[in-house]
Amino acid sequence: MRHHLILRVVTKMLVGTIILFAFYVQFHGDFSPGGGFQAGVIMAVAFIIYGVVFGLDEVQQVFPAWIVHKLLALGVLIYAGTGFVSLFLGYSFLDYGAFTPAHPVHGQHYGILAVELGVGVTVTGVMVAVYYAFAGRTPQLSDEEW
Amino acid sequence: MLVVTAIAVVRIRSLFAVAMFSGIFSLLSALLFVAMDAVDVAFTEAAVGAGISTVLVLTTLALTTRHEKPSKRSPVIPLFVVFVTGATLIYGTMDMPNFGSADAPAQTHVSPEYLERSVHEIGVPNVVTAILASYRGYDTLGETAVVFTAGIGVLLLIGGLRRRREDEEAEESRDS
Repeated sequence: MRHHLILRVVTKMLVGTIILFAFYVQFHGDFSPGGGFQAGVIMAVAFIIYGVVFGLDEVQQVFPAWIVHKLLALGVLIYAGTGFVSLFLGYSFLDYGAFTPAHPVHGQHYGILAVELGVGVTVTGVMVAVYYAFAGRTPQLSDEEW
Repeated sequence: MLVVTAIAVVRIRSLFAVAMFSGIFSLLSALLFVAMDAVDVAFTEAAVGAGISTVLVLTTLALTTRHEKPSKRSPVIPLFVVFVTGATLIYGTMDMPNFGSADAPAQTHVSPEYLERSVHEIGVPNVVTAILASYRGYDTLGETAVVFTAGIGVLLLIGGLRRRREDEEAEESRDS
């Protein structure tokens, strides 16, 4: 899409805003609609729109495929790790009261933030990885057949 | 409008237009969810259904053709299945309580308990997040694992992992 000037300029302006909105949805999920799943998707959309407009190679310089593949597993690790931390602090698995024993409600906040972060990281990774996997295949049709 | 869009998706042969119409379909159902005060679900539907899946369908279109092949089989049996399923579903809705009814099972079982308890037990204003991440933390862990497994499955099927190995080899040869 080299020749689509408007698309490229608008995309450049939007990508930052989309990422910012994704972080807002991620960390404000306790207070407003949203959470890890939605934030992960929005974050992935920012990279995908960049890839659609500027090409796969450009976006993979920003966000290489091997990092994406690590993120897939990292998110689940963050989530399960939160559970194990509370387990080793002497509480039950995923009992967020463990993080601040003096004030269990605060612990719930931290726990929810941590697991939502895990969800968000995994969802971002999966969406971007799926996009890379699809877009990275060479088209089997030549241009004349379109 | 949902029905009109669905019919358009079925009838139109140009797959590009079909992708756009399924995006519109998702957006309309998101509006329906907003009308029912399920903003979290609407948010997900708008982001996943109207956003990501449209983009993924479009990238898939780039790999295949733009036009649907006309089907040669008779549409009688699929139509019969569709009508029987639809009739069963509509028959099932007859027993459902009215929209917004106070004595519906959804309002009388666990939800008032969650609504009352979550404020001082979790301290999070968004009850959906409180239930999703705290009361039902195990389920959400399972969901995350499902998403993870799905991603791994796509990578294994389409071969994203093999390309990564080649990339790394290329990088290593560049580094050395």
